[in-house]
Amino acid sequence: MASFTAAAKFLAPVAAARSGGDSRAPPPPFPSASLRPRRKPAPSRLRTVLAVSSDVLSGNKSAPAAAAHSAVTREEALELYEDMVLGRIFEDMCAQMYYRGKMFGFVHLYNGQEAVSTGFIKQLNQADCVVSTYRDHVHALSKGVPARSVMAELFGKATGCCRGQGGSMHMFSAPHNLLGGFAFIGEGIPVATGAAFAAKYRHEVLKESGPDGLDVTLAFFGDGTCNNGQFFECLNMAQLWKLPIVFVVENNLWAIGMSHLRATSDPEIYKKGPAFGMPGVHVDGMDVLKVREVAKEAIERARRGEGPTLVECETYRFRGHSLADPDELRKPDEKSHYAARDPITALKKYIIEQNLATESELKSIEKKIDDVVEEAVEFADASPLPPRSQLLENVFSDPKGFGIGPDGKYRCEDPLFTQGTAQV
Amino acid sequence: MLGAARRQLGSAPMLGQVLRRLRPATSARAYSAAAKEMTVREALNSALDEEMSADPSVFLMGEEVGEYQGAYKITKGLLDKYGPDRVLDTPITEAGFTGIAVGAAYQGLRPVVEFMTFNFSMQAIDHIINSAAKSNYMSAGQINVPIVFRGPNGAAAGVGAQHSQCYAAWYAHVPGLKVLAPYSAEDARGLLKAAIRDPDPVVFLENELLYGESFPISAEVLDSSFSLPIGKAKVEREGKDVTIIAYSKMVGYALQAAEILSKEGISAEVINLRSIRPLDRAAINASVRKTNRLVTVEESFPQHGVGAEICMSVVEESFEYLDAPVERIAGADVPMPYAANLERMAVPQVDDIVRAAKRTCYRSVPMAATA
Ligand SMILES: Cc1ncc(C[n+]2csc(CCOP(=O)(O)OP(=O)(O)O)c2C)c(N)n1
Ligand SMILES: [Mg+2]
Repeated sequence: MASFTAAAKFLAPVAAARSGGDSRAPPPPFPSASLRPRRKPAPSRLRTVLAVSSDVLSGNKSAPAAAAHSAVTREEALELYEDMVLGRIFEDMCAQMYYRGKMFGFVHLYNGQEAVSTGFIKQLNQADCVVSTYRDHVHALSKGVPARSVMAELFGKATGCCRGQGGSMHMFSAPHNLLGGFAFIGEGIPVATGAAFAAKYRHEVLKESGPDGLDVTLAFFGDGTCNNGQFFECLNMAQLWKLPIVFVVENNLWAIGMSHLRATSDPEIYKKGPAFGMPGVHVDGMDVLKVREVAKEAIERARRGEGPTLVECETYRFRGHSLADPDELRKPDEKSHYAARDPITALKKYIIEQNLATESELKSIEKKIDDVVEEAVEFADASPLPPRSQLLENVFSDPKGFGIGPDGKYRCEDPLFTQGTAQV
Repeated sequence: MLGAARRQLGSAPMLGQVLRRLRPATSARAYSAAAKEMTVREALNSALDEEMSADPSVFLMGEEVGEYQGAYKITKGLLDKYGPDRVLDTPITEAGFTGIAVGAAYQGLRPVVEFMTFNFSMQAIDHIINSAAKSNYMSAGQINVPIVFRGPNGAAAGVGAQHSQCYAAWYAHVPGLKVLAPYSAEDARGLLKAAIRDPDPVVFLENELLYGESFPISAEVLDSSFSLPIGKAKVEREGKDVTIIAYSKMVGYALQAAEILSKEGISAEVINLRSIRPLDRAAINASVRKTNRLVTVEESFPQHGVGAEICMSVVEESFEYLDAPVERIAGADVPMPYAANLERMAVPQVDDIVRAAKRTCYRSVPMAATA
């Protein structure tokens, strides 16, 4: 079948990336094959490939040496660096603001996972979509939502990207095609798949999309979410209908206090792609250049109409699940192991070693981002609270949905309606 | 200035681990000697502990109920005491594990399913309604489903629209379910024990914001044989001028409102429903026949809600006793906003209850905002 050939082609360069600096062989596709004699792997038309061997799965704690990356230009490297630094500094600022009572509720920070957001989202066009979870601030930033609008949203201010109505777990920005932070596990995946369906529909039925191909949707979600049925349902439909989507698993090894290995019968998530006929790729999610390379391939493949890809990024969160999490179950040595593989430090080292920029140039990027984030806080702090009238706005796009009042007129036509003083 | 604490990775959580090891095992007896007060959290934890120890067919399942000791620490200590066969940490798959628990209940086990919050029960609602609630009827009584679905329900603080919602009316709509909503530590202990012992599916709606609240508690309530009857409301405060009916956290608000009203010469009777389904129509109507005025209070959306059902029970049974239109206090008819000022407008406040009670007594008050 045409698609399978295409998939195999796609995977070749990824395999090359792996062989660059890592001589360990990927684990066999069925580790316990001898225990399950009747589950013989079907003759493989589709290969799954590890872009880097896994720390968790192999039990090997040595950080793999930097693989041979496809060349990255100075401009690209600095763009990646700036975006990752923005993600990090923004989130650190959120923690401070949370402890000062400027934001509230559940605040889930992204520290440590920046290479995934940056490596993927920076490969997108404006028209491409991102669907995120409750851990969504940095996806929003990578997609281009200004830091001040995200910060103001977190402060619950009228100038936020959702006017203070959404909050930390629910970032939306239609102009950036950021289709939401979804707070429930798995629920973003079908919505993302639906956005990809619409892209294909616009292209094939409405003949609307550009010459480059289909608009692509990225669905971001965690390891814990891969045990939820909606994940499997959507892998099936996305492949069945060859939808332009990339399922990006941010495997940070934990779902709150539940270790991935304790929750998942076969922890190698990327292998679930081939089970549905789509390629599955595992990549070192602490290495933005590797992530970027895998992202480019998967996104282009989707754009060409060749269908979905499942990408498992092995990463780590440097903070608790949310700012309310005591984070007592993760072992200190595991934390320090991943802290030593900080994706920002790694990129910095690479940039300097490759003479792409000097230390002081990187410093000035950090300084610039410091200022951007400071300015975002000042902006958010100075912004007005949402007015009372906002309470009843946006429940419907057509407020006639509030129905007809005792006077026979639509309730929304009552001048008192949006002042929140009319009975609804 | 604002950048001071930047680039600190991780935190120092070791202390917590040490503390956990030092934590004394929870047991009923730990409370009986000293405590005259108990938090709702301790009440729930001790009820689970005692019922598990009394009946080996009772087991717990849910996300983070074991090693993490519960997302809200309600199951603290139970994994240590009963082991991983009876305290099961599940993957994040509500539809799956809820269905599995229902199947286990078909086969005579007594699962207690914890939803990390009831919001997530939306992913399992098919099994709660179609597999749990209807089986006894469909099987003509051959298969009963002794299961408890429990977890925090209702508005929390600052968590936005998806995480802040009350499901009392949703589940109370369904024949075959019993729906309980404790307010105090006594309610929590007595109703949870009753729920676990009950032969039918019970939806047990807790409230996160009440978990840490302490209530006085009697020796009788601390006894491991204690339980409360399902379907009986409690008169929390007697009064003669107006009846205020509430459940869960709103009972506390109603009591505060009654205190304020008493200073202004209005004697309010406060009824804690405890059970949303079955609804204690007798208690509701007895009180309304005495006071002739009614205010209903709920946190959830107004339309087709618990207040509407209470009001209908009064219209059907005690219409001629009413001296004033019934007042309904409910959350605003909007998804919960995130911004703190809007959020406050979207949930009932004590003042709203006070004003409504005065209106029923024809004391002039300015028109209350719905919010
Ligand atoms: C349906 C549902 N059940 C439970 C939760 C509570 N919850 C929030 S985040 C989370 C863990 C998710 O872990 P993972 O998918 O690995 O993502 P991560 O937080 O690690 O990024 C859980 C159980 C939820 N949000 N939705
Ligand atoms: Mg995770």
